[in-house]
Amino acid sequence: MSSNLRIIFHRLGLGLITLFVVSIVIFVAVNLLPGDFAEAILGQGATPESVAQIREDLGLDQGLVARYIQWLGGMLTLDLGTSFAQLNFANNLGGAGTVTVIEQIAPRLANTLFLAAVTACIAVPLAVTLGVLAALYRNTAFDRAANIFTLSSISSPEFFMAYVLILFLAVLNPIFPSLSNIFEGMPFGERLEKSMLPALTLTLVVTAHMMRMTRAAIINLLASPYIEMARLKGLSPMRVIVKHALPNALAPIINVIALNLAYLITGVVVVEVVFVYPGIGQLFVDSVKIRDIPVVQACCLIFAAAYILLNLAADILSIVSNPRLRHPK
Amino acid sequence: MTGFVVVIVVLFGGAFAFRLAGQTLTSNAPKFRDMSYGGAFGYVLAAALFIWAVWFYFQPKVLDTGFPNAGVVFFRWAVQGLIIASIAAFLFRLFGQLVGTAGTRKLFRSMPLTAAFGVLVILTYAFVAVFAGAIAPHGQAEIFSAANVVAGGDPALGGDPAFPLGTDQIGRDILSRLIYGAQNTVGIAFVTTCLAFFVGGSLGFLAATLRGWLDQLLSRGVDVLMAIPSLIFALLLMTIASVWAAELGVPLTIFMIFIIALIDSTRVYRLARAVGQNIVVMDYIEAAKLRGEGLGYLVFKEILPNAMAPLLAEFGLRFCFVFLTIASLSFLGVGIQPPLADWGTMVRDLAPFINFAAFAPTAAVAPLLAAGAIALLTVGVNFVVDWMLHKSSGLKE
Repeated sequence: MSSNLRIIFHRLGLGLITLFVVSIVIFVAVNLLPGDFAEAILGQGATPESVAQIREDLGLDQGLVARYIQWLGGMLTLDLGTSFAQLNFANNLGGAGTVTVIEQIAPRLANTLFLAAVTACIAVPLAVTLGVLAALYRNTAFDRAANIFTLSSISSPEFFMAYVLILFLAVLNPIFPSLSNIFEGMPFGERLEKSMLPALTLTLVVTAHMMRMTRAAIINLLASPYIEMARLKGLSPMRVIVKHALPNALAPIINVIALNLAYLITGVVVVEVVFVYPGIGQLFVDSVKIRDIPVVQACCLIFAAAYILLNLAADILSIVSNPRLRHPK
Repeated sequence: MTGFVVVIVVLFGGAFAFRLAGQTLTSNAPKFRDMSYGGAFGYVLAAALFIWAVWFYFQPKVLDTGFPNAGVVFFRWAVQGLIIASIAAFLFRLFGQLVGTAGTRKLFRSMPLTAAFGVLVILTYAFVAVFAGAIAPHGQAEIFSAANVVAGGDPALGGDPAFPLGTDQIGRDILSRLIYGAQNTVGIAFVTTCLAFFVGGSLGFLAATLRGWLDQLLSRGVDVLMAIPSLIFALLLMTIASVWAAELGVPLTIFMIFIIALIDSTRVYRLARAVGQNIVVMDYIEAAKLRGEGLGYLVFKEILPNAMAPLLAEFGLRFCFVFLTIASLSFLGVGIQPPLADWGTMVRDLAPFINFAAFAPTAAVAPLLAAGAIALLTVGVNFVVDWMLHKSSGLKE
């Protein structure tokens, strides 16, 4: 058990270091911008005095390293600053009531996590069931049809899937709404209904990969002696696969599930834009378009952190579920 | 809901009856005797789906209320498209089996229909991309006075025979833009992939050959870059590039090519380094080193030819990823910039027309064609790569 813990702490440490370096990359990349944030914030109403004032407010008169430490400290204490759009708004109108980045991001992050959770609840059982079925009926018409279908859905862009679903489930047969205008305090059922189409789109995107890997992991094991044994003692094919192959194939399956949840984070950007879902992906794209640097930086770091975390989880889970990796020679 | 339950019960009962009937009628032929219940259910389900599909296909196209029965119209298009695609792939494979050198004939004989379809799609796209200027009826940025013309060319439904696929919201011919889109989107994706392979491949081989601190430096750098999700990183860099593009007066598209090439070259680097490491320990590399060959000779004349097979399969997959990233960026509005015609941008601009599909099915054709054009190419490339991997791995399962 102690070696087990050591490996996990080792991986956690590596993950933290990666996250730290990634934050440096994001910070440096943004600071490659030409010109000055202060002028960017003020736009056309920039006078030398106001530029100097904003520069001092933002700490732009300090060195790069000092600014990085300040920014990182802010990130860790959840003080993400104020978005340029909001600052500009406040400057030009002279009014208070600006919304900080954390206040902008927090509810949207919750929405995105809700969407990801709904997707996972649909996609994971579906993918594992289909994968087991494809392994059970391998090389039949069902397997081949599933192969073609999954290959097509892996390779199509998310927005194609999204619009096909909109066409069939929202426009031609009005089952689900095509716009996911969810808001705070919405009843759970309605919220679920409104986020159904984006969740289904994401499901289509990630199920295919998970299902193919489940099928491959099970089929890989079918040549093992203990499967032969189970077959020879007269177990039904279904029982052989569910009782004997599936538990041993769990490590790669869990791994691929975690990796696909990490993939959801990138897929979510496009899908949220298609369905106008008020999540963090949409905020990110909108901020990219208006070059709202503080928001872009914060969103980017959150996405990267979630991505690293899920990859880390995939790593650790595959160690924990595999005795051979747990006790390396 | 009750209808749904009835259908399920009938299917389950049907499966049991089907197996029993088979067993009695063929006096326990092995096929029916050993049939699992799940297998029987599969046959019955497939038969039921087939019957439903045929019934639905022959539903009337126009409802009694005078509205078009849009579901049936789309279903017919989909079925017809599938049948035409299968026939085209079959004929293409037949053509390949009969014409050409002995090598290509043998290749086509072992090819599954899906791979033949993929090859056909790739060749068609390449042809359209190269000769876009000659095929397209109008220019890609040419604006006509008739805006928002519906596809189909039927004046009664808001179409125009001069524009078979209609025009967009500012009056550009959609057919021409689709054709030019092949040139722009596919061309830019191809250039980007080549660049990513050149950078990632040579650095990967270099790291595998030289090892030491260079390898460590490059590999750790790549680890960090790969820890950021690629689309997110691309969007971040595009934000910065858009400011630089305005400052320097360089088109944003050029920046996009370099940004995506940089991000994807990290993935190529990983593969090239892994493959290269297996090759540099070979005896012939040792012999070449003892002959006193230079680094360039080692990388390009000894390692590269031996790493060609995995790199080619990776090239296909990488092209798909690059192509999808560019399409997604354009769809989000930060990729290929107007007036260049591009499929991702077209989908975004034309998408609202999908909402009119229930009243005028032809209105939804344009956005779906643009998105479908992207999907078709990636599906085709994936079919070919899947077949290549299957062939080279020698798997029979």
